Amino acid sequence: MALLNRLARGLRRNLVVIAGLATLAFLMLPNVVVTVFSFNKPNGRFNYQWQHFSTDAWTHPCGVADLCGSLSLSLWIALWATVGATLLGTAIAFALARYRFRARSSAGTLVFLPMAMPEVVMAASLATLFLNMGVSFGFWTILIAHITFCLSFVVTAVKARVMSMDPRLEQAAQDLYATPWQTFRKVTLPIAAPGIVAGALLSFALSFDDFIITNFNAGSTVTFPMYVWGSAQRGTPVQINVIGTAMFAIAVLCVLVGQLVGRRPRRS
Amino acid sequence: MTAFATTGSNGTDVRLTGISKAYGDVTAVHPLDLSVPAGSFFALLGASGCGKTTTLRMIAGLEEPTTGTVELGGRDVTALPPYKRPVNTVFQSYALFPHLDIYENVAFGLRRRGVKSVRKQVDEMLDLVQLGDYARRKPQQLSGGQQQRVAVARALINHPDVLLLDEPLGALDLKLRRQMQLELKRIQTEVGITFVHVTHDQEEAMTMADTVAVMNAGRVEQMGAPAELYETPRTTFVANFLGTSNLITADVVGTASDDVLLRVSDTKLTLPGTRCTADARVGGKLLVGIRPEKITLTHADDAGTIPDGRNRLTGRIAQSSFIGVSTQYLVDSPAAPGLSVYEQNIERDARLVPGADVVLHWNPDHGFGLDAAQSIDAGTDVVELGTDAREAGT
Amino acid sequence: MTTTATDHPPAPPADGALHKAVLRRKRVPYWLLLPGVLWLLVFFAAPLVYQASTSVQTGSLEEGFKVTWHFATYWNALTEYYPQFLRSVAYSATATALCLLLGYPLAYLIAFRAGRWRHVLMVLVIAPFFTSFLIRTLAWKTILSDGGPVVRALDALHVLAVTDALGVTEGHRVLATPLAVVCGLTYNFLPFMILPLYTSLERIDSRLHEAAGDLYARPLTTFRKVTLPLSMPGVVAGTLLTFIPATGDYINAELLGSTDQKMIGNVIQSQFLRVLDYPTAAALSFLLMAVILAMVTVYIRKSGTEELV
Repeated sequence: MALLNRLARGLRRNLVVIAGLATLAFLMLPNVVVTVFSFNKPNGRFNYQWQHFSTDAWTHPCGVADLCGSLSLSLWIALWATVGATLLGTAIAFALARYRFRARSSAGTLVFLPMAMPEVVMAASLATLFLNMGVSFGFWTILIAHITFCLSFVVTAVKARVMSMDPRLEQAAQDLYATPWQTFRKVTLPIAAPGIVAGALLSFALSFDDFIITNFNAGSTVTFPMYVWGSAQRGTPVQINVIGTAMFAIAVLCVLVGQLVGRRPRRS
Repeated sequence: MTAFATTGSNGTDVRLTGISKAYGDVTAVHPLDLSVPAGSFFALLGASGCGKTTTLRMIAGLEEPTTGTVELGGRDVTALPPYKRPVNTVFQSYALFPHLDIYENVAFGLRRRGVKSVRKQVDEMLDLVQLGDYARRKPQQLSGGQQQRVAVARALINHPDVLLLDEPLGALDLKLRRQMQLELKRIQTEVGITFVHVTHDQEEAMTMADTVAVMNAGRVEQMGAPAELYETPRTTFVANFLGTSNLITADVVGTASDDVLLRVSDTKLTLPGTRCTADARVGGKLLVGIRPEKITLTHADDAGTIPDGRNRLTGRIAQSSFIGVSTQYLVDSPAAPGLSVYEQNIERDARLVPGADVVLHWNPDHGFGLDAAQSIDAGTDVVELGTDAREAGT
Repeated sequence: MTTTATDHPPAPPADGALHKAVLRRKRVPYWLLLPGVLWLLVFFAAPLVYQASTSVQTGSLEEGFKVTWHFATYWNALTEYYPQFLRSVAYSATATALCLLLGYPLAYLIAFRAGRWRHVLMVLVIAPFFTSFLIRTLAWKTILSDGGPVVRALDALHVLAVTDALGVTEGHRVLATPLAVVCGLTYNFLPFMILPLYTSLERIDSRLHEAAGDLYARPLTTFRKVTLPLSMPGVVAGTLLTFIPATGDYINAELLGSTDQKMIGNVIQSQFLRVLDYPTAAALSFLLMAVILAMVTVYIRKSGTEELV
């Protein structure tokens, strides 16, 4: 009885821990399934039922037509979209965070709106523009669309960082004979760097994984998410799971390495 | 104020027995026994990291002691969670609820205990701390001093057996701090509740408390009335942490009646045996302590005018600074370098300038003797650190 | 330096140089803004204007579309597709509520109870993002597959009997039912709820919890009276970040639902990409925005965030 009471009390006290871990399990479950099914050898075209263990897909990751082509296209688009959005977004963020001027609040609203709008609306309206202009859909329309929606996220990330920076640091630099440009190079930029990196990483992830906006603006060009979408109708090759698992592993590894590297100087 | 007078509560005594706290390998508080008499104003004084706040938090129930027990008025409360203990805390930087206005902050404890009509009590309490007009303001709209008074009101309204104050004045500027010290002292005298006050400010502790416990590295170094601690420190840490002390290493050469006879670089000093806490064996060493304001400076030319029976040291003035109420001198002596001397500005001797040869002399009864095995500098550097590291907490 | 600028009144040389420098400094923010804002005007604002004009056009693909101020498109779209609108709002609201219910304990756990595991848990919350969300959504097809362990367990526990009676599942299956779509939406947008919740919880001074405990509040009261009110900004932000994209989503309905679970996003997509009825797609887009705007306004009014810290 006492044991039962203690168990009940322990359970009550750790209710939030149990509930939280259950949510975490819910979040992780699909990743586990994706990983496990990357070793499946399905009967038929769809990889939804477990059949036999096999490493075929891992040894032939590009064994399906067009899959790796779509992957590399997605990586290129993500790379250029990141470069474009980071350059444009960082400039806007500095203007909004560092200066007071008349158009400031309207510019802020213009930047905020794309994030407050369902993707499908933005996607359809941009495609309408391209249609009306007679632009042919493909790499460039996808890239433009991606830069457009990544831009706002970069601004948000960089602005938060620049805003939290002590303005006296810049004044101190100028007091110590730094010209405005030197102040920017030697003080402002290094301090804003984590925000810029965060914005760039976010852009890359958003662009690489985007489906809805790409769906409207790609024409017949196939990015990796478009390939996965199509395969849901045509048949899902196991290689999709291999790529999903590999991406997950690489990213987690990068985070772990980043944490280790980031921690070292603090210890010494 | 009548609200408190009629309750007739004279506070409750706090007794800590063998209480200690360890975080993994780090011992924050070594096993200590502490007894706070009912109705007293008790101060835990020490630099940051000395374990004073941890001790306070164990009384509040916010920290579970590794060993030992906490008793309030003879009742063991060690196992009780904070919300079941009859104590309240004035937190460092106040911890006022930012989403509630002043009125609701003060009413919080009463409401939690199911008190139905809180209006009269809250109004009275806000009047007591002179914030009646601010009831509907949010905490962040108040100044530091006003927030501090809300924090006190929020705790006091619950009529706790013991009020715990964790560096309650740390965030205030010097002038306001002085004012609040007197204010808190007044409130304590009026309500008669036991106050346990944690601070790193020795002046604050001595001004406010009846009893001060000086803590260092998780241990209580010495406990007693402020004057007793100041006049008769028992360790070099207490001697240096509370005010300033000149500590001179001397050889014990003999005893005469109740006095200990000492020698330092060919000069003889005496010290009453009753003012010597260390074991004074002939042939051994002793630290002689003397407070700067107890020393008189006389120009070497007038050495003959010094009465007999006083301890004397010769030296040369290295530095002098005019403070207003006094002049502070730094005197290098063969016995010890850098002796501090505070002379009141009554009749200033114009010859006492840097470079002048002087004689330092004092009544032997004002000296104190300490064990020479301790570090002579203990407690000297921590005072500044305590002020800087206020935010870091202890 | 001489003052030759014609647009300034003549001024002493030194002052003129200073004046120019000040002017140059005043122009800096505009130069910084120019490229990005131009980009957004051309590729975000202009398309919306185009979209608006398209919504009042009539015509056909062959003959081309003309602006005829044909507002009836809106009325037709609304009357024809109101079930999809209602469904979108219902699914999205349910998923948002579930996200809050599931996400709050996890955010709380990370903010207050995780200790040195905090970073690990944070990485685990973000980690699923690293795998394409379409692949992860497809994984739910496996998890919820007919006769799979999850469905069999739910069946054995008579959960499916209850949900069937409520009309959110059908018979012995979960896939191709509202439950599957809501489950997919909840899963996909959960991190968008957890992150703002965590940010606002983490900001709460832990001494406020101690102060509440010191003032006789039991843990549950402390949560109700201190933690929850102080985390409201996170709740509101998380709700918006979940509700807005979930309402316009069509991926979960497409992959996990059947034709009976189509949401408004599915309609816009098929009108635009398959039927090629651009005016209707445009009108639906604006109706969707109006619906979301209305819901969000009501929500923000109700939650009274302006009073919060």
